[in-house]
Amino acid sequence: MIVIINGDFLFFENLIHMSIHRPKSIYRALVLLLCLISAPVYAQLNIEIFGGGASRIPIAIVPFADENKLQQSITPVISADLQRTGLFKLVDPAGLSPHAPVEVVYADWANRGANALVIGRVVPISGDQVEIQFRLMDVAKKSQLTGLAITVPTAQLRMAAHRIADVIYEALTGDVGVFSTRIAYVLKRGNKYALQVADADGYNAQSIIEYSEPIISPAWSPDGSQLAYVSFENKKPIVYVQKLATRERRAVASFKGSNSAPAWSPDGKKLAVVLAGQGGSQIFLVNADGSGLQRLSRSSGIDTEPNFSPDGRFLLFTSDRGGSPQIYRMPVTATESSNAERLTFEGSYNVSPDFSQDGKSFTFIHRNNGQFNVAVQEIGSRQVQILTNSKFDESPSFAPNGKMILYATEINGHGILSAVSRDGQTRQHLSVQTGDIREPAWGPLPTWK
Amino acid sequence: MRKLLGISLIVLLSACASQTTQPEVEDLTAGAGAGSGGSDLMGSGSGSPSYFSQLQDPNSILSKRSVYYDYDSYSVKSEYRELVLSHARFLRDNASASVILQGNTDDRGSREYNLALGQRRADSVRNMMTLAGARDEQIESVSLGEEKPRALGHSESAWSQNRRTDILYRGE
Repeated sequence: MIVIINGDFLFFENLIHMSIHRPKSIYRALVLLLCLISAPVYAQLNIEIFGGGASRIPIAIVPFADENKLQQSITPVISADLQRTGLFKLVDPAGLSPHAPVEVVYADWANRGANALVIGRVVPISGDQVEIQFRLMDVAKKSQLTGLAITVPTAQLRMAAHRIADVIYEALTGDVGVFSTRIAYVLKRGNKYALQVADADGYNAQSIIEYSEPIISPAWSPDGSQLAYVSFENKKPIVYVQKLATRERRAVASFKGSNSAPAWSPDGKKLAVVLAGQGGSQIFLVNADGSGLQRLSRSSGIDTEPNFSPDGRFLLFTSDRGGSPQIYRMPVTATESSNAERLTFEGSYNVSPDFSQDGKSFTFIHRNNGQFNVAVQEIGSRQVQILTNSKFDESPSFAPNGKMILYATEINGHGILSAVSRDGQTRQHLSVQTGDIREPAWGPLPTWK
Repeated sequence: MRKLLGISLIVLLSACASQTTQPEVEDLTAGAGAGSGGSDLMGSGSGSPSYFSQLQDPNSILSKRSVYYDYDSYSVKSEYRELVLSHARFLRDNASASVILQGNTDDRGSREYNLALGQRRADSVRNMMTLAGARDEQIESVSLGEEKPRALGHSESAWSQNRRTDILYRGE
């Protein structure tokens, strides 16, 4: 089910690109000091930031007028969204509380090092509807950069906040925002397994289906309306596709032996799956309705974890044909696995590839000294960057704008969700509930984007 | 030989009798939906074939059902060879008996890659069994990957118990 905001877009003004004035080196000490001073305020977000903050956009977000009367305040959600990307540094607004442009004293904000300022108010409309008005101000130019008014039911305040965070992110970075997207993952609680869908920050979780047997490998259809996944409810792995709106589901791969690792083609018409019934674990294509089975890989080893390139022409996959599990790429039309090209060479264990949306890089799990970490490789240069230093990371999944990666990791023996910025400088644990979370998959952009 | 013949006759008869009272053990055809394949692998009941007593005799090697592996390995170690071959001979001599082989792995690394590794473990047992005279139709090899650990925790003693193939007789 896609959450719809009844949005009234009122005053979209002068959407201009603001030139962000990054702090020069002489300001760095001051920036660091401000960062330390403001740290306790945001400590509950559990965001770890590594490296200098020099390249982050300093932004001040003033709590909106009357937002404390709502059951869910707006600006803490916006702040957490922006901070999680690693591209923003929050400037403490303490002591200042403008809510309209005439109340802004730009010099105050310039003195605090803020380049951008977010102000706004909440206006009750009727019943359970509220209007949220917000403005993004350019501190250097002393003018409004963009603004928006959204009317929402109070049950969708978080979604409205995510939408505002998207507008801010897009105005300041020129990139598409992904805060209004959703994620899927598996939650294990006791002996129960739930396939859940939540907002990109881990809140508003809903169970799509629950079993007493394991579920793995959820995969979003490109339009976000369906999830493919593997269920063990029949004592062996079988691939199902389920519609989120109706909960209607069908088995698309239920052949003799194991059926697993579903991946959608970008047009949503086909799924790559891994079948073991014909010897070994090999990659096949099947229509989304379960018909038209066609073998794709043909090796004597393990071929698994297929993932389509955004243009649908290639598959990344994991294979041990060279002796250890490594990531390969092959044309989707290939019927001979000799067309596959090995992409990873560092280390003896590289698995779970996921393409970035521009098709130029992929994220994967790299084993090093017994640790399993999230890494990114550029396809052109083959340059590898390891982004985490935890022990048991798994299932990395690119945000649809390629700027963040969602993955599962383990803390104190429990599986939790985590997000890391593409540059590895910012990490955040997203888990907001008890139980073991695993197998996250970042959903596509909403259809209105 | 006469004894064996007697057993297989009983097996055939009881297999027929159980058809009406028990659900199909598993639907292996493409497109089988949820619930169409009964998953009652452990359900026994009154219609059980008599050979189950032989399988369950604690003094028989046939009562042993698990094959364990080294890390990142799928070859059946020599100490489990006799166990696998005994089950293969049993399948050869009991045409109506069938097994599902469930491969398992420890929980380090990718779940899907572990699923494939578990499949390879189950396949290695299947291959040894078919070479020893069991028929393909009597065996389905599948993988549970790291999803159904016998032991929990991140220690070699837990991991070594989870790197295994289990032999489950259908209807037992």
